Amino acid sequence: MRPMPKTLYDKLWDAHVVREDANGAALIYIDRHLVHEVTSPQAFEGLRLAGRPPWRLDTNLAVPDHNIPTTNLEAGIQDPVSRLQVETLNSNCAEYGITEFGMDDIRQGIVHVMGPEQGATLPGMTVVCGDSHTSTHGAFGALAFGIGTSEVEHVLATQCLLLKKARNMRIQVEGELAPGVTAKDIILAIIGRIGIGGGTGQVLEYAGNAIRSLSMEGRMTLCNMSIEAGARAGLVAVDDTTLDYVRGRPFAPAGDHQRLAEQAWANLHSDAGACFDREVELDAAGIAPQVTWGTNPEMVAPVDGCIPYPADAPDENRRENWQRALAYMDLKAGTPITDIRPDKVFIGSCTNSRIEDLRAAAVVVRGHKVAASIRLALVVPGSGLVKQQAEAEGLDRIFQEAGFEWRSPGCSMCLAMNADRLEPGERCASTSNRNFEGRQGHGGRTHLVSPAMAAAAAVAGHFVDVREDNS
Amino acid sequence: MKAFTPFTGIVAPLDRANVDTDQIIPKQFLKSIQRTGFGPNLFDGWRYLDAGEPGQDCSGRAENPDFILNQEPYRQAQILLARDNFGCGSSREHAPWALLDFGIRVVIAPGFADIFQSNSLKNGLLPVVLEAAIVDELFRRVAATPGYSLAVDLESGRLRDPGGETWSFVIDPFARECLLQGLDEIGLTLQHADAIRAYEERRRREAPWLFPR
Repeated sequence: MRPMPKTLYDKLWDAHVVREDANGAALIYIDRHLVHEVTSPQAFEGLRLAGRPPWRLDTNLAVPDHNIPTTNLEAGIQDPVSRLQVETLNSNCAEYGITEFGMDDIRQGIVHVMGPEQGATLPGMTVVCGDSHTSTHGAFGALAFGIGTSEVEHVLATQCLLLKKARNMRIQVEGELAPGVTAKDIILAIIGRIGIGGGTGQVLEYAGNAIRSLSMEGRMTLCNMSIEAGARAGLVAVDDTTLDYVRGRPFAPAGDHQRLAEQAWANLHSDAGACFDREVELDAAGIAPQVTWGTNPEMVAPVDGCIPYPADAPDENRRENWQRALAYMDLKAGTPITDIRPDKVFIGSCTNSRIEDLRAAAVVVRGHKVAASIRLALVVPGSGLVKQQAEAEGLDRIFQEAGFEWRSPGCSMCLAMNADRLEPGERCASTSNRNFEGRQGHGGRTHLVSPAMAAAAAVAGHFVDVREDNS
Repeated sequence: MKAFTPFTGIVAPLDRANVDTDQIIPKQFLKSIQRTGFGPNLFDGWRYLDAGEPGQDCSGRAENPDFILNQEPYRQAQILLARDNFGCGSSREHAPWALLDFGIRVVIAPGFADIFQSNSLKNGLLPVVLEAAIVDELFRRVAATPGYSLAVDLESGRLRDPGGETWSFVIDPFARECLLQGLDEIGLTLQHADAIRAYEERRRREAPWLFPR
């Protein structure tokens, strides 16, 4: 009898089951644990109180990112509360012997940029971190998901997590994207379609030729926002693009190990005939650049569209949410998206701060100036190495000549835990992942877009359709 | 974790869908390295008229009188009645910590975000999933009777209202056992230390690149 065809998620799950109990809960082994300063202090404290040692040190890799200032790093962290949190990470890593890329290390950066960049994220791994955007790493055919602090402690102490298997969902995107349309637009369009709870209890596999055509940076953007659809994780099958990206990175296998690994990784795709609990299809050619207009990522419209009328909402809950969102965003239904005028522009975050993102924004900015109405336009590279690469390519000069500020790496204005934030009522074109109320600063208003769309809005002073520049 | 014991508590209605963890506890309060003290900043952006900062004394801050938890008798609420997809967004465990620190022990909703649900169960905050129609009915009863209370019994998996009507709910059996007995999940997993070591030995042979040292 032929073996049952498996999905990629089935394969990853099966390879990591340590034991299963009668209720279907499984102890799942974790291959990589990424650690940052915000969700780990209470976990280390828990270990200490219980007198438990970490189970396996070499799977842990730590980096501070959420609280790191993006200017004047030499002066250190000015906010004493932020400083204590970063110092606590430093002392915990030193005490337990966990590898950490500290603030003064060129490899420091946003944890979800740093991991893949270092080859610390590999195909076939289970990857966890106390951060919901850990779904990013699914771009490598790794099972990657965010966990809470109790689970951070559980992984440190046991190298395992107790989990129930999620359901399989496949999102097929076929066809060719229009020039200027990116992975960010694909994922926003998907969330607009299935809703912010549409992926709850499921692992999303992104498939189809439009996905296979994406670079690793694009696939990371896509998987990063799986959590914004409520999904447990996002996945893309391994192919040559994956292998080319991984080869030669500091933590990636070399020599015999590389050969063995690549043989095994060739199997990291869903088998023909594998059964998915749910399938959704999108036509890539039909996806326009996307702009969110509301207070969660499903409130999104194509740039050539208008803000919808709450009366047209599909149900009563959404009608109320749309009304509340429009009031919070100070926007009127029926307004063309291109009439929206941001006050600030933020290019960065674990969604869109990799070299390809900065290149895409720089192409739009080159030879132009930031509009006079824009109070602040920021570029925050995802890591020290991204920053270095961008500077080697001269991207920093392009941004600065246009009037952008060129900053040091960190999470920055994606969630405003450092000094970079919106003031009440300010409107931002942001390449980040969440447009929740107050996310970028108390009373701030966020519009999520791709790097090219953010750059174009900075130059024009309002949203514009980047496809027109490419036509 | 403290064992979850039966209780009767006031139900506060929070009538909006997709309440995200950025609303439950805004990011500036995530800078704390403690597990406690988040209660005064629960729903900070909705609860107060000014922008809150960590370490600030909240007793003198101007409250938003329209927000439900600023109204009597809901300041004493132990049960939060919510809409679908409660707790979406960030993985911050500070969200259940803040709800518990305020005094909330149960959240009732038609559905929860996965990570929030898992974080809640690990801290003794009980996420009760009920059909949307039942949640609708509970919203109606709360509106009709301010101070409406429910008795929560995890052992039998039942909510009971003052009129004697009951609704059943289901919790994952393992999580239920941990909640009822206040068990330490890490200690339970470490009982399987031999199985973890056996897995590692097998895996080291199959995928040696995952064990570089």
